[in-house]
Amino acid sequence: MSLGKNNPIVCRCEEIRERDIIRVIKAGARDPDAVKRMLGAGMGLCQGKTCGSLIAKIIARETGRSLSELLPAKVRPPVRPIKIARLKKPN
Amino acid sequence: MEKKANVLVIGAGPAGLCAGIETGKSGAKVIVIDENTRPGGQLFKQIHRFFGSEQHHAGVRGFEIGEMLLHKCKEAGVEMMLSSVVWGLSPEFRAGVVREGKRSMTITADKVILATGASENSLMFPGWTLPGVMGAGAAQTMMNIHRVLPGKRALMIGSGNVGLIVSYQLLQAGCEVKAVVEILPRVGGYKVHANKIARLGVDILISHTVLEVRGRERVEEAIVGRGDRNLRPIPGTERTISVDLVCLAVGLTPLSELAWLAGCKFGYFPLLGGFVPLHNRGMETTVSGMYIAGDASGIEEASTAMEEGRLAGVGALESLAFISAAEADSRRKEIEQNLLMLRKGPYGDFRHKEKEKIYSEWKKVKEKAGGYH
Repeated sequence: MSLGKNNPIVCRCEEIRERDIIRVIKAGARDPDAVKRMLGAGMGLCQGKTCGSLIAKIIARETGRSLSELLPAKVRPPVRPIKIARLKKPN
Repeated sequence: MEKKANVLVIGAGPAGLCAGIETGKSGAKVIVIDENTRPGGQLFKQIHRFFGSEQHHAGVRGFEIGEMLLHKCKEAGVEMMLSSVVWGLSPEFRAGVVREGKRSMTITADKVILATGASENSLMFPGWTLPGVMGAGAAQTMMNIHRVLPGKRALMIGSGNVGLIVSYQLLQAGCEVKAVVEILPRVGGYKVHANKIARLGVDILISHTVLEVRGRERVEEAIVGRGDRNLRPIPGTERTISVDLVCLAVGLTPLSELAWLAGCKFGYFPLLGGFVPLHNRGMETTVSGMYIAGDASGIEEASTAMEEGRLAGVGALESLAFISAAEADSRRKEIEQNLLMLRKGPYGDFRHKEKEKIYSEWKKVKEKAGGYH
């Protein structure tokens, strides 16, 4: 896997690169939630804890929006990785 | 399985443990929950002595403070649930918990205190995903908790207190620290920490940034360069440093997913780490009965986290009528005095101001929602 000298990985869990993110921003994604929906960035194991702020910075740089407007992507349970079998009702 | 508590404290770092002690010793049924196998949060990897006043344990090492808080929690009758992950939290204060990997259980609480701490910020540059690039806090955990040396030749990115202290601890552990790079034209952390590593021959390169990290399977070298006044790299100033470890100490972000889930209102306070759940002076969020303390309520220090944990505890106790309003006021007064002292000086003033902004934003939201005061 290339390290991408000019196109680094942004979302490590889902292996999504900077250029993909810029592409969807140009296509109309205006906030981290939109980028998440279009690419799955931030939907991996860490749920965006690593890439969330990086994605917000890229959006701010590309759109001129202020970081204060760029709310983190919507939080949904489970907020930590757990096995789905742990949610099963006891027999 | 169901469990009930008067107060559920999520996170057993300095803020959470102090919230547990405060509420437990006044008779509330308290559960303190943490995903780690041992409580203490960051305290147990802090092998350095703390600063400040005697009252705030100056001269005592972080892990010793952790031991002391744990002992007090036990005395206060607090139930400690470790290796327990809170994966969800409803606005009715029902928490979904997976303990030791077993079937999920529900904990229902009258009051919730979030003391979930912070996560380390990352920094993107070519090669940042190579093995050997890690958060400075991660390197510290490897060294001081797991006794594993994360590398032999390190580059530290960021000269805040985390970067400076972890650099020193890397040196103590036998790792060579090649340089600390700082993008701003000044050192971020306390001078004593900077001087300590400078005396040991570590270069602190101000107005510098990391441009790239290279290596086949893992980090082999890093390229750093000088930045201009707008923090853009100046061509021709690049230099290559041979390292196998690159530590990122570029700030922390409050960990607040559970506050989002429960419906708390947030504000943007970059000096305190970004989006922070709004709270009042007593650490209550915009969701009544839900409190927040420590780094999760804005990045500060262990000493302020401990006081905030106590404040949150006092609020919970008062609203549950475990203590009278007069008793609560007198406890709060003492704690607020301590916080004022801790938020003084060149490294404290701005935190005091930001916190005041958070309190006033909280008030605005509550007034708009109607019916508060």
